[in-house]
Amino acid sequence: MVKPKVQVENLRLSYGPREVIHGISFDIEPNEILGIIGPAQSGKTSLLRCINRTIEFTVGAKPSGTIRVDGEDISEMRNVYELRRRVGMVAPLPVGLPLSIYDNVAFAPRAAGMKKKGELDTLVEKCLTQSALWDEVKDRLDSLGTKLSGGQQQRLTIARALSHSPEILCLDEFSIAIDPVTTMRIEDVLKVLKKEVTIILVTNLVQQARRLAARTMFLWNGEIIELGPTEQLFGDKPKDKRTYDYVNGIFG
Amino acid sequence: MNMPADAQPVAQFGETPFTRKKQRSEKIARAIFAVMVACIVIPLIVIIGYLVKEGYSLISWKFLTTNPTHGMREGGIWSALLGTFWLVGVSLCISAPIGVLAAVYLNEYAKDNWFTRVVNLAVVNLAGVPSIVHALFGLGAFVLFAHMGRSILAASLTLAIMTMPVIIASTKEALAAVPRQFREACWNVGATKWQTIWRIVLPNSISGILTGVILQVSRTAGETAPIMFTGAVFYRRIEEGNLFAYNITDQCMALSTHLFAVKTQVTNAPEALSFAIALVLLGLVVFVNLTAILIRSWLRGRKKW
Ligand SMILES: Nc1ncnc2c1ncn2[C@@H]1O[C@H](COP(=O)(O)OP(=O)(O)O)[C@@H](O)[C@H]1O
Ligand SMILES: [Mg+2]
Repeated sequence: MVKPKVQVENLRLSYGPREVIHGISFDIEPNEILGIIGPAQSGKTSLLRCINRTIEFTVGAKPSGTIRVDGEDISEMRNVYELRRRVGMVAPLPVGLPLSIYDNVAFAPRAAGMKKKGELDTLVEKCLTQSALWDEVKDRLDSLGTKLSGGQQQRLTIARALSHSPEILCLDEFSIAIDPVTTMRIEDVLKVLKKEVTIILVTNLVQQARRLAARTMFLWNGEIIELGPTEQLFGDKPKDKRTYDYVNGIFG
Repeated sequence: MNMPADAQPVAQFGETPFTRKKQRSEKIARAIFAVMVACIVIPLIVIIGYLVKEGYSLISWKFLTTNPTHGMREGGIWSALLGTFWLVGVSLCISAPIGVLAAVYLNEYAKDNWFTRVVNLAVVNLAGVPSIVHALFGLGAFVLFAHMGRSILAASLTLAIMTMPVIIASTKEALAAVPRQFREACWNVGATKWQTIWRIVLPNSISGILTGVILQVSRTAGETAPIMFTGAVFYRRIEEGNLFAYNITDQCMALSTHLFAVKTQVTNAPEALSFAIALVLLGLVVFVNLTAILIRSWLRGRKKW
């Protein structure tokens, strides 16, 4: 049996007095795409932010329970920056940093200490190619990342997330602000990336999970309603009636 | 008779009694604003014009670069001019770095707890303390307690204490104008807080920071009370043409106190002299403010999002 890439055990999270994740446990296999679906406010973003420990930047957020990456408890990791490089994160709204396209992608490797121009050049090209943006920007790597279109900025964000060679890639409703064509291109990218990284795909489009994920989790109000093979959740007989209602859009 | 309904006088596209009324109130509002602007601009022009008319005759390169003579009734303003430069320069070297770093700490690092809130409150309130109070503090703390005596150092420290809260406030505002999503994007790729500040936050707030600092230069140049108690003298001759004619432990003359002295302590001083001094002071302030505006618009033009 393969060792899980990520193990979440009895994770709870509260913002101040309000608990928003109520003790959830699940494993993520290496090189799988795990889909996470669920209505807004159900704690999907918060869950991802616990995994890369950026939750620590939110005042008053208190996580408890354990999350292990490759068996190692992340709360005991001394180098949290290393953890964040191992867990890439793509936020819902595209964020081009106010730097050139090149510097956007080279930002993380430089922060990690990579200095050689040649290595950086190769890496930037590789990441932009992987995120299906290279052909569009290869002639203007010096122009500002913030001036790209929304869809291009989202692919730039993905390139930036790939630039620190993550083992796990978290995508948080990445298609919320981009057009369907770009969405499909990125989905194709993800199918290829799956060979190298483990992907957690939070999505507001249930069909996207169906297209990409081998297993899907239905998160609702901070609890896992159902986690299983995607076809089971999307079939006629999911274990829980709420899953059926949500997936088929009759959720009230 | 029996006119069709649409045969009224030709109205402009979209014009109705309602929009006409709106246009009228628009005109009235515009007139009121124009009057307000005039109320501000006209006195300014009158003041400057008056100063120029009365004081211009005395202004010359020689006036700027020679010491006052004959009981300050004749000669130039060299020692006062250089004194002002020193006071502004030294105080800025103290208040700008400390103020900016304090603002970075408060805005980027400090947790939101009671201590931070007290500090923020103190900063806001200190910015509103009258300068004469700072003067007394400077006298007590630097001149007497720290045994600096009346000196450029003590006066500059007093000025620095006075300007620091304002620099902190304006810097914080400039930092807060950088969207939080940029910081989060950096943290997400494993950048430390400092890397984020250095690579993203500071480069994109520098125009606001600089403007805030430079505006304090012009304020410092004009202050009288804080330096009168702590380091300014009535009269002093220094070597002409040497920018380092003052030592940091010396007392110095300054334009603002010189103007005050000429007007109130010196009998039979020529009328034009005080106007000329005021004109130089005003010229300095205008020059500095223009620099601030230029830097701001230049950096704005390179705004990156
Ligand atoms: N920074 C925060 N401070 C306080 N409450 C928050 C914060 N972020 C999210 N929440 C709350 O946590 C719950 C889960 O939010 P979130 O994780 O964003 O859900 P989702 O991503 O599924 O829409 C919501 O009720 C939301 O109001
Ligand atoms: Mg969310």
